[in-house]
Amino acid sequence: MTDYALELDRVSKRFGAVQANKDVSLNVVKGSIHGIVGENGAGKSTLMSILYGFYQADSGSIKVFGKTTDIPNSHAAIAAGIGMVHQHFMLVEPFTVLENVILGNEGSALLTHSQAKARKVLQDLSSDYNLKVDPDAVVGDLPVGLQQRVEILKALYKGARILILDEPTGVLTPQETDDLLQILEGLKEQGVTVLLITHKLKEIMAVTDNVSVMRHGEMVAHLSTEDTSPEELAELMVGRKVVTQLEKPSNEAGEPVLTVEGLSVVDSQNVERVKKVSFSVAAGEIVGVAGVSGNGQTELMEALSGMRPVDAGTISYGNLKISPGTSIGPDDLRHAGIAHVPEDRHRVGLVTAMSASENSILGYHRDDTWNQQGLLKPALVEKHCAGLMAGFDVRPQDPKLKSANFSGGNQQKLILARELDCEPKVLLVGQPTRGVDIGAIEFIHTQLLKMRNRGGAILLISVELDEILALSDRIIVMCDGCITGEVSAKDADERTLGLMMSATSDSSSTSTEEQAE
Amino acid sequence: MKGLDHALPRWVNIGLLPLLNVLTALAASALVFLLIDVNPLEAAEILLYGAFGYQEGFGFTLYYTTNFIFTGLAVAIAFHVGLFNIGGEGQAYIGGLGVGLLCLALDTTLPGPVLLLLCVVSAGLFGAAWAFIPGWLQAYRGSHIVITTIMFNFIASSLMVYLMVNVLREPGQMTPQSRLLDENSWMPFVHNVLAGIGIEFESSPLNLSIILALLCALFTWLLIWKTKWGFEIRTVGFNRDAAVYAGIKPAYVMVLAMAIAGAMAGMVGVNEIAGVQHRLILDFHYGYGFAGIAVALMGRNHPVGIILAALLFGVLYQGGAELAFEMSNINRDIVVVMQGLVILFCGALEFLYKPLLAKFFREKAA
Repeated sequence: MTDYALELDRVSKRFGAVQANKDVSLNVVKGSIHGIVGENGAGKSTLMSILYGFYQADSGSIKVFGKTTDIPNSHAAIAAGIGMVHQHFMLVEPFTVLENVILGNEGSALLTHSQAKARKVLQDLSSDYNLKVDPDAVVGDLPVGLQQRVEILKALYKGARILILDEPTGVLTPQETDDLLQILEGLKEQGVTVLLITHKLKEIMAVTDNVSVMRHGEMVAHLSTEDTSPEELAELMVGRKVVTQLEKPSNEAGEPVLTVEGLSVVDSQNVERVKKVSFSVAAGEIVGVAGVSGNGQTELMEALSGMRPVDAGTISYGNLKISPGTSIGPDDLRHAGIAHVPEDRHRVGLVTAMSASENSILGYHRDDTWNQQGLLKPALVEKHCAGLMAGFDVRPQDPKLKSANFSGGNQQKLILARELDCEPKVLLVGQPTRGVDIGAIEFIHTQLLKMRNRGGAILLISVELDEILALSDRIIVMCDGCITGEVSAKDADERTLGLMMSATSDSSSTSTEEQAE
Repeated sequence: MKGLDHALPRWVNIGLLPLLNVLTALAASALVFLLIDVNPLEAAEILLYGAFGYQEGFGFTLYYTTNFIFTGLAVAIAFHVGLFNIGGEGQAYIGGLGVGLLCLALDTTLPGPVLLLLCVVSAGLFGAAWAFIPGWLQAYRGSHIVITTIMFNFIASSLMVYLMVNVLREPGQMTPQSRLLDENSWMPFVHNVLAGIGIEFESSPLNLSIILALLCALFTWLLIWKTKWGFEIRTVGFNRDAAVYAGIKPAYVMVLAMAIAGAMAGMVGVNEIAGVQHRLILDFHYGYGFAGIAVALMGRNHPVGIILAALLFGVLYQGGAELAFEMSNINRDIVVVMQGLVILFCGALEFLYKPLLAKFFREKAA
C-alpha cells in the first residue's frame, strides 16, 4: 500500500446556495508533486482553504500522514505540517527576509535569539533545497520570484512537509517560472509533498506526478500525469471540447490610427515608468505588448486611455493629440471611439458594489441615450444590459445582480461587451483573460479577432505569451519602460520574446539555461 | 464564495436587524432604569405618552424629527461619495446664520412667500459654503475631512459668538440675540395652517419645515439613485479608480457632494430660525449635527431609513424630556444615556446579530 501524505474523504462545503465542494475525495502520494486543475470557481481555492484551516468542511474527513486530523485554523494546519504559499504574498514588505520568516514565531520578547536561530535554519534550508535568498535583504526590494521563495522558506521554516502553492506562476516571468519548477523538483527530492494549484496545463505536464481535475465543486478525474495530455485535461476541466488554436485569417493592416511618439509617463511617485517609447497601431491590426508585469505596461495603458497625464511626447488618435498639458481625458477619448478594457477589472473596470446594469453604462452614463430631464432611464439601461449579456453570454443573465457576484470570466465579458458595443475604432485592452477560465478565454479571443477583422485597431497588453502569440499581428516587447524589441507575429516564439523581455533587467536568467518551456 | 459574506434576505438586513438593535438598546436602557430604581415599563409608558400621547407632544416630536432628517441626509450624501461628514453641527449653525442675515435685512421689504423661499436658498447656500471648504481641502489638498469638518464646527461656533455679541446683538440688550424678526418672515406653524382649514391642533413648534425635510429626502433619493450625478457620486464613493476610468473627476464630484450635504444641514436653520426662534440666537443647532451621524447610520444612508431613524430620535428627544419632567430620579442626562445606547447598538454594534441571523437562515435553508 502506498503512503499518502493527504487523504481527503468526501469533503463537502456549502456557502449559502452554492455548493463549493461536493464529496471531494483526494489522495496525495507522499513525496510527490500533485497538480489540481479546474476552472475559476471550480472549488480549488475552497478546498485548499479547508486544508489550511480558513474554512471548516461541512462533512467529510481529512487524514494527514495517515492520521485523521481536525484543522480548525491555520495554526492547526501548520502543526500538522501543512504550509501554504498564497497567490497574493503574505509578506511585510518593509521587513527583511529574516524578519518575515520569523513572523509569527518570534519566541521570546527579544528578537536576537530567534533571529540567530532563524539565520542558521535559513542557511540550512537554502543549501538543502537550493533556495538562495539574502536573509538581510528588504523584501519589498526583491523581485517577485525571490519574494515567492521567501514565502516558500517561511512555510518550510515552520516545518511544512506538505506545501500547497496556489497559482504560483501567475506573476512570474517564463524564466522565473522555470526556476520555481526546479525548486519544486528539489523539494520533492527532499521528501516534501507538493500540491500545485494552477490553470496552466503546461506546468502541470512539466512537473507533476499526478493530477486531479475539479469541475463545479466536484472531482471529475484523478490521473497520472504521464498518461494524460493537455487536451484531455482541458476537456475535463470545461466539460466539452475546447479550441485552443484559433483561426486567424490574414488581414491587410490599414492606415495607422494610433501613433505614439517619444512618450514618457511618470507614476504617482514621480518615477519614470515609460521611457520615450514610439510605436503605432493600424486599423485592422492587433499589436501585442509583451513583457513581465510591472515594466511600464500599466502606466502606458493609463496614459493611452487618458487616465494618466503624459510627461513628454505625444499620443495621436487621428486628429486627437494628447501631449503634456492637454486636458484630454477618458471621456473625450471614449467619445472619439477609443474603448478601453483595463487590466484590473475589480479595481478599475467595474464598480463591483453596483449592479451589472449600472456597470453596463459606466463611462457612457452621461450620454443623452440614458438621460432624460436629468434622470437616468433605468428601464432602458437594464434592457441595454440584458442585450449585452445575451450577446456576450454573460451568466447569470441578471442585470440587477451586483457585479461583484459574477465570476471573473463573466465580469470580463460584461466589460468587453460594454466597450465593444459602440463599435470603437481603437480598443486598448489589458490582460483580457487574467483569471478567466478556459471557456471564456476562447470567447474573448474570438471577440477580439472579430473586431480586428472588421477593421478595428487593437493594442493588447498581456503577460501571457501564449495569448500574445495567438492574437497579435505584430508584437512589441517592453522592459523597464523601454521598447526592447518589435517582431512580426510570424517570426516570434516564446524563446526570443522571453529574451527581449529580460533585455536590460538583471534577473536571475543568466544562471539557468533559457529553455523554451 | 469569498469571505464570509452570508447573504441575508433583504428584509432582514434593512428591517429585522435595525429593529433588533433598537430593542437591545431599549433593553439596556431598561437595565439602567432598574439600577436607579425606576420601573422601566412605567418609564416607557411616560416616554411614549410624551412623544405621541397628546398633540403638543407629538408636535414637538415631529419638530425634532425635522432637524434630524436634515442632518441625517447631510451625513448620508457625503457618505455616498466616500466622505465622513462630521460637520453637520457647523453647517446647520451657519445655515441658520444665512436665514438670520437675510431676514434681518429684508424681513419687512419682501412679501412673505418670496422671503421664505429665499430663506431656504440662503440656508442652503450658507450651509453648502461651510461644507465646500473642507470638501475642497479634502479633494484637492488631501486634508482629512473628519479633521477639517470638526474644526469647522468650532470655527462656526466662535464665529457665531463673535457675530452675536459684537455685530448682530439687539441694541440695548444684554443677551446675545438679534431683534425679533418680522412675522412676515416666519415659517407658518402647522397648528396655524390646520386651524386655517378648520382642524384644531394644540400649538407646538412644528412648522412647515417638515414638508421641506420630506422634500429634501425625496430630492436626495432622486439625486443619489436616479440621476447621472448620483451615479457619479456613488461611483466615486465605491471605487475612485473606476471613476477616473469612466471619465469622472473624483475631486470635483466630492466637492459637489459635500456642498449638497452642507446645504441639507443648513436647512436646520430654516426650521429653527424662520420656524421657531424667530430671531438669531446662540446654540440653536446644538446636538443635531452629531445626532445626524447616528440617524444616517441607523437609516443605512437611505432617505426612507433616515426618516424612520429621525422619527426614533425625535421620540427619544421629546419623550425623554417628558420623562425627565415627570420622574424625579430621571434627569436629562439619563435621556442622553438612552440616546447613547441607541447610537451604540445601532451604529457601533450595527452587525452584532448578523452572524447569528446568518446562521439561523443558513440552517433554515439547509
